[in-house]
Amino acid sequence: MGRFNWMGTCAIMSSQKRVKDSQAQKRTSQVSDTYETNPAGEEKEDLNDSKRSLKHGQDNTADDCGHADDQGEDALQIAVRYFEKGSAINTRILKCMIPTTLISEDSVVKAVSWLCVGKCSGSTKVLFYRWLVAMFDFIDHKDQINLLYGFFFASLQDDALCPYVCHLLYLLTRKENVKPFRVRKLLDLQAKMGMQPHLQALLSLYKFFAPTLISVSLPARKKIYFKNSENLWKAALFAVRQRNQGPPPEPLKLMLGPAQVHPVKRKWNSCSVIPVLNSSSCSKECGKKGMTLSDYLSSNGSFPLEQLKSFPQLLQNIHCLELPSQMGAVLNNSLLLHYINCVKDESILLRLYHWLSQTLQEECIWYKMNNYEHGKEFTNFLDTIIRAECFLQEGFYSCETFLYKSLPLWDGFCCRSQFLQLVSWIPFSSFSELKPLLFDHLAQLFFTSTIYFKCSVLQSLKELLQNWLLWLSADIHMKPVMNSPLETTLGGSMNSVSELIQYVGRLSTTAVRLENNSTFLLHFILDFYEKVCDIYINYNLPLVVLFPLGIFYSALLSLDSSILNQLCYIMHRYRNNLTAAKKNELVQKTKSEFNFSSKTYQEFNHYLTAMVGCLWTSRPFQKGLYIDPEVLEKAGIAEYKNSLNLVHHPALLSYAVSFLLQECPEETTVSMSSVRGKKWNWYLDYLFSEGLQGLKLFIRSSIHHSSVP
Amino acid sequence: MDSYDTSESTPRHSASSRLKDYFIGATPLQKRLESVRKLTSFIPTPPRRKIPQCSQLQEDNDPQKVAFLLHKQWTLYSLTPLYKFSYTNLKEYSRLLSAFIAAEKQKGLAVEVGEDFNIKVTFSTLLGMKGTQRDSEAFLVQILSKSQLPYENREHKVLWTGWFCCIFGDSLLETVSEDFTCVPLFLANGAETNTAIVGTWFQKTFDCYFSPLAINAFNLSWMAAMWTACKMDQYMAATEFLWSVPCSPQSLDISYAIHPEDAKALWDSVHKTPGEVTQEEVDLFMDCLYSHFHRHFKIHLSATRLVRVSTSVASAHTDGKIKILCHKYLIGVLAYLTELAIFQID
Repeated sequence: MGRFNWMGTCAIMSSQKRVKDSQAQKRTSQVSDTYETNPAGEEKEDLNDSKRSLKHGQDNTADDCGHADDQGEDALQIAVRYFEKGSAINTRILKCMIPTTLISEDSVVKAVSWLCVGKCSGSTKVLFYRWLVAMFDFIDHKDQINLLYGFFFASLQDDALCPYVCHLLYLLTRKENVKPFRVRKLLDLQAKMGMQPHLQALLSLYKFFAPTLISVSLPARKKIYFKNSENLWKAALFAVRQRNQGPPPEPLKLMLGPAQVHPVKRKWNSCSVIPVLNSSSCSKECGKKGMTLSDYLSSNGSFPLEQLKSFPQLLQNIHCLELPSQMGAVLNNSLLLHYINCVKDESILLRLYHWLSQTLQEECIWYKMNNYEHGKEFTNFLDTIIRAECFLQEGFYSCETFLYKSLPLWDGFCCRSQFLQLVSWIPFSSFSELKPLLFDHLAQLFFTSTIYFKCSVLQSLKELLQNWLLWLSADIHMKPVMNSPLETTLGGSMNSVSELIQYVGRLSTTAVRLENNSTFLLHFILDFYEKVCDIYINYNLPLVVLFPLGIFYSALLSLDSSILNQLCYIMHRYRNNLTAAKKNELVQKTKSEFNFSSKTYQEFNHYLTAMVGCLWTSRPFQKGLYIDPEVLEKAGIAEYKNSLNLVHHPALLSYAVSFLLQECPEETTVSMSSVRGKKWNWYLDYLFSEGLQGLKLFIRSSIHHSSVP
Repeated sequence: MDSYDTSESTPRHSASSRLKDYFIGATPLQKRLESVRKLTSFIPTPPRRKIPQCSQLQEDNDPQKVAFLLHKQWTLYSLTPLYKFSYTNLKEYSRLLSAFIAAEKQKGLAVEVGEDFNIKVTFSTLLGMKGTQRDSEAFLVQILSKSQLPYENREHKVLWTGWFCCIFGDSLLETVSEDFTCVPLFLANGAETNTAIVGTWFQKTFDCYFSPLAINAFNLSWMAAMWTACKMDQYMAATEFLWSVPCSPQSLDISYAIHPEDAKALWDSVHKTPGEVTQEEVDLFMDCLYSHFHRHFKIHLSATRLVRVSTSVASAHTDGKIKILCHKYLIGVLAYLTELAIFQID
């Protein structure tokens, strides 16, 4: 503390003009921030100041850490010591004394003590008080200074000092400072000096704190009580702060709020998209009967949000937490998101819903077609929402309705990653209801976009499926049967999930054709089915949906070994799920509505047969697939049957060659057909050792070794 | 932005309990979602509407205040429900808002300290300005300049006016809880900066959200048809349409004025369902105008954009400006605007 910037008066003056405007803006933004918590609001200018003093009072507890620059020489002491040396010097010094950070309370108290030695002139005292008023907000603590209240009050006697001391007292006064003898003194002064605005200010503040003590009527009209003492230092304050540390320090509470303040106040609606965290405006409280403003000020009942900094604090105060005046502010505060997550109050959720819906709609750069230059801002906003959704593990309804409105207008390119993440957080609901609103539009974009877009969509649909499954599995354990007019039965929910899976199946089948069996795309599709095949076991939900033929055969006949390996893994998991389901059915013996139809088993068996035929027995496509022999002959693959097994399968051929070359490295020609009997088993071990774990699981579980060819 | 500590897991079960609420469909939020789905999946506007009837203003209205609202250009906004707004606190709100305005205004005038801000804010209800008894009471906010002279009887000059109303807003009322006051339509007249300050104060105090309410060409055609359909004792202005042709370097405006009685005659010829206006009738009405224009000027107006409609009842501009001229149909005009505002906030 006390680290001041000494700068020449000239420098200050020259910078004054330049910074005036920005300074003015800065100041008001602070004012309007604090204003929300300003319960009285009856005076115009000064209330902000008085409120600030109150606020600082609160901050004391949270802000005990002290300030770093104590080691620096206390410039204020130096300045005040000059009091005895004549006014010219210390006037200049005082005028140039601009704090870079905060002023320690101690140095102020010491400086005040220098006032008492009786060596400084009246004008210096005036300047000092003006300085003190101007720097009031920079003083770190006010408790010690408040102890000097009586001293300051006595200085009111001095006619020259009176206005400035009044101003200081106005900032300093707390409820407990209002005493009958002081009221009498003030009234005496007023009688002596006439109706002075500064005395009126102090009196009205006293009256506000203790209405019973003051019976005289004070004109309510007067708005400006004090000539602005800060003027001398205002510009310099700003200039110094700007030079030293860039943006001026924000009040403490802003640290909890959003850090980014948007540079362009392009619309009056928002200087920052997400509102700053402020405790509920008092106007609501004032409305309650029997609660006066002073009650409100002195009430300790509720816990101000500005002080909420840790999870234990939240737990301790959860019953008396003041809610933000604008619910949108919770998006930037993880502690409040916790609170939102467990709160039962519907109006909190509705406030958030309305705010978020409208903000999304207004900020969305393609919805209103006119503000593409704010793309980055919108992206950031969506990122914030998605972070909150991930944190809550739950989607917002506002985002869902936003998707309804904006998806039909989306180009599939703008904010793609964010937009698709929003899709994956759509809350669980009836698929058939969502389909015309969302998924039909998404399908159109899907079919007409690049392979990368297709993959991204599949990825986000996989995440959507996973989120739905998690919700449902958690819900089933809460309450097994729900009865309500909507789709509330487990069967209904399962239907919805199964429709989602079938929808993805249709997308995938067409996409595979459109993209010529692209391996890249197949990976994403099979990733999705890796989720699907394990629903019964992983989520404990009675649902097994198999993949469509188009996907199965594309994967089975793929040229890529990793696709084949993934397919094997999925088939293995399907088998485990179906076996588990069958076992449960036998155990329960009761006929529940969730017994899988024999069709699912038949379908699986069909796939299994085809796989065994293609990989093991070289007898593929025994059933259900007929190819005209003439066509095969024309294609020169009349003997296709033998070319489909673990050795000849196009995806594994290179493994077979490597295997054989490993056996006899000098050979120039290798005989594929030599892999049989014992060698077949070695070959299998070779494949497994090459990382084809899916294949290993599949063969271990589905093929009995008696059938070695 | 503070970082989320994802290691602190949030309790799962609360999500699922909300899921249950969702299923039961009982919560206001759920109703909200349902209504949005309905609105989005079907045609956005109902294919038929009532022709505004003669004065549906309720008995207890103040004719002076109503007259004040007419013949002024208002900028339209939609407004989400106000949280914890109370009609008994209007005085308190006046005080708080005027202090807020003073604080806001001071920012540009840091040098001129000591100057009093000679403004005053008043809140007052607009009695009787509602469609049904369930509609929230409309209210008016004014910023007045205080005269420098101390004479009480001197008139305050109105610097800015804004009013909030809800006419036949049932669909919105059903989806909010009692903590909220629904006045989805906000109309402002005066400097944009004042609108911004007042709007900001409302947003901060009642956790609501203002969005400018533009009127697209589709809705302008509806207005044209509905307002032409209104019975008038005497016409005060021509029926006029303005189309905009997007071309460079400057867009071209086509103004098309018709004698109001001719417009009414045209309407009567396309109009079939008594007391109602249907989508087909609106289309037919506009098509007739288009073909008439094409016959004379060989210009296809259907390929341009309708930007303004003025009739003796009211005039509306696509960028959300409206002037209501006819006292008789005030409620009818506001009912349609309320509907558009509710559609925007859904």
